[in-house]
Amino acid sequence: MAKKGQLNNNIRTLRFMNEEMTQQQLADQVDVTRQTIAAIEKGKYSPTLELAFRIAHVFECPLDEVFSYQFEN
Amino acid sequence: MFYQEKKSIVNIISTLLISGIYFWYVFQSHPEKGLNTDELLNFWARTLLWLIPVTIVAKIVIHILFGIFNTVASNEPMKSDERDKLIELKSNRNAQMIFGLGFILAMLAIANGMSVNVMFITIISGGVVAEIYENISQLYFYKRGI
Repeated sequence: MAKKGQLNNNIRTLRFMNEEMTQQQLADQVDVTRQTIAAIEKGKYSPTLELAFRIAHVFECPLDEVFSYQFEN
Repeated sequence: MFYQEKKSIVNIISTLLISGIYFWYVFQSHPEKGLNTDELLNFWARTLLWLIPVTIVAKIVIHILFGIFNTVASNEPMKSDERDKLIELKSNRNAQMIFGLGFILAMLAIANGMSVNVMFITIISGGVVAEIYENISQLYFYKRGI
């Protein structure tokens, strides 16, 4: 059976480093609602692979710099 | 509170209002007491067939009014994305389970010799409860995450 874990992300930090981009600006660029970006940042929603790649593309960095997966012990 | 949450609340209120007003009107004007089984089936078939267009028209009107009011009041875009669709699917699955349970209860009522009225009231109640549960599930998933 596969181990369970948690999806973490650095979106908040990356937004800050990209001229303090707002959640709404990021949402507009990846074509989702601001609430979805807020839910991803809080870890309440795991995005699809496509959305994850679109977010990484906005920050011009590889996917594993935006998202990481931590397995439970 | 944002657009999707407000929409779920409007859906709960409109479901209660539409079904409440419609069945109050039907039972006020056409009391089904003293009818034989064939007449009862005819009555319920007509009642349910009329309920479909009444519900569709009423919901369209309510949602147009809600859309206009929401745009004027908050200027919030009426947009849905992959998270909204996933929440809708999960909530719909919950609603189908409730409706299925209502249907089984209705069949049990008939199997135990209860009247056709009990069967139809159980199925309709199951439908109304399922729709309300669907919207409550949506609110829950928006608040707690998926």
